[in-house]
Amino acid sequence: MKRNKTGLALLYMILTAWALTTIYPLFWVLENSFKAKDKILQQSFALPVGELFTLANYKRAFERLDIVHAYINSIFISTCVTIGVMILAGLASFALVRFDFRLKKFCHTMVIAAMMFPVFSTIIPVYTMETSWHITNTSSWGLNMLSVILPQVAGNISFAIIVLMGYVQSLPLELEEAAHLEGCSIPQIFVRIIVPLGKPSFVTVAIFSFLWSYNDLFTQMFFLRRPEMQAITRLLNELTSKEGTNYGLMASAVTLVIIPVIVVYIFLQKYIIKGMTAGAVKG
Amino acid sequence: MTDGADAPPVIILKGVTMSNIYKSRKYVILFLAPAFLFLIVYLYYPFFVNIYGSFRQIKNLGSYGTRWNDPLLENYIKLFTDPVVFTSLKNTFFMIIATIFGQVGIALVLSLLVDNIERGTQFFRTVYFFPIVISATALGLLFNLIFLYDKGMLNQFLELFGKADLTDWKGEKLAIFTMVLPVVWQYVGFYFVILETGLNNISQELYESAAIDGATRLQRVFYISIPLLRNVICTCMTLGVTGALKVFDLPWTMFPKGMPLKETFLTGTYMYYQTMEAKNVDYGSTLAILIVVLGVIISKVTRSVFRESEDI
Repeated sequence: MKRNKTGLALLYMILTAWALTTIYPLFWVLENSFKAKDKILQQSFALPVGELFTLANYKRAFERLDIVHAYINSIFISTCVTIGVMILAGLASFALVRFDFRLKKFCHTMVIAAMMFPVFSTIIPVYTMETSWHITNTSSWGLNMLSVILPQVAGNISFAIIVLMGYVQSLPLELEEAAHLEGCSIPQIFVRIIVPLGKPSFVTVAIFSFLWSYNDLFTQMFFLRRPEMQAITRLLNELTSKEGTNYGLMASAVTLVIIPVIVVYIFLQKYIIKGMTAGAVKG
Repeated sequence: MTDGADAPPVIILKGVTMSNIYKSRKYVILFLAPAFLFLIVYLYYPFFVNIYGSFRQIKNLGSYGTRWNDPLLENYIKLFTDPVVFTSLKNTFFMIIATIFGQVGIALVLSLLVDNIERGTQFFRTVYFFPIVISATALGLLFNLIFLYDKGMLNQFLELFGKADLTDWKGEKLAIFTMVLPVVWQYVGFYFVILETGLNNISQELYESAAIDGATRLQRVFYISIPLLRNVICTCMTLGVTGALKVFDLPWTMFPKGMPLKETFLTGTYMYYQTMEAKNVDYGSTLAILIVVLGVIISKVTRSVFRESEDI
């Protein structure tokens, strides 16, 4: 189809304008993380070269903030959540699609209804419950991590089941029947056929759970209240109230948190985009 | 309980094959129990306990309180008299409206534009989407720097264009706008990807035959793209509206404790404030119930307004 040149140029201009709104703020915070506080307030658009350049913000960030620990905590929590969700949802979706049992419909409804609970409506009793198990606000690192992992697993499970059910449904039954004839038991069918063939779907679920857990501030605010237990988002939030006027430190902290995510995103963008939008686009 | 050894042969039901290998009740229980244990212990049970908690007097998070509220409906009465509840409801509705017109609206325009170009589609997709990947807390800090009164990026930028006085982005007048803008900005890319996928599913032949019949580009957008995209747009609207009720991280990072003057609370942030900051845990539970009720009503309304049509 033919088209005029000015129209096309205009199109690209509008599209680029929006692209700038997403790229520029990040670039801006990156360049300002290398400047002293007063320079950020005066010359925030200048590139940090020559006189302007300083690494002081980063030095201070590593001195004052326990960023390394927060990273370890965050990654540990999110990895556990991801593994937990994949195993539990994988097994459940397999059973819900393939098996024939009396309460099947009811179970299915329960999964869908569970997606409707906003986290606000369960968090207070969950905290109380975990307190009675003595896993909140303890000096034990493992237990404290567990106290945030468990509710996050629960929060992701129903979504993961829905996505994986769609996948199991699309598998040809003949394959499993053939395996059965070959002498595979049901757990073997699950491990040798369902899981390997469903790799893309499991990746989708994994990415969704990981990112959701990694970025979730609300749950962390409830369960990770001790300074040494903080995860990345909690640390950032704390930073606003403690060092709200130390703009250089803020810029460097934001950069330190954002950069790894962007690097991962650039490499895995195809899967990430698919993973994050999986719930919305049916099929 | 057998493992299917002497179960009846394969039954064929309307094209669905129910195999005889999946009969064992042992495995059903084994496979379902862990996931459902989580759902029950961490979602269903707490949900009902939360209702119970809204009638109790709870001072400290982590207990169920020592006595009932007096009067029993104290918190529910408070909901109607608390002016901050009204403010947070108003702000939440504003957030919903902004979601519909801002997020989905901008995303629709951008996706229709991208549908018209051949080169760079992948680039725009990547760039538009990535704010969603970044934690809203980090973005909150970033936007704090951007909207800084003396002087953040925006005020310095306006200065370049000769604006003499500084704009107080987080002051009373503009606070709501400053709060909603980053949330809208962050999610445009999400809806963009969904809508763009929808547009790619529309057959090119339709456009070509319309072009042969003399339809202009704009006519093709309004008579082919948008009508065929109807269901996808409806999905986006529903997702956006329900998502607007869950927003927490960005507003809480940018406007902690509803500042200025408790003007910027959303239902979610106000619930957190009452529970954690004001130590009024039972009132926090009640606010959580308000959020649930609001969610149910709003998703019912949205579903009937943006009902997906079956005939496409």
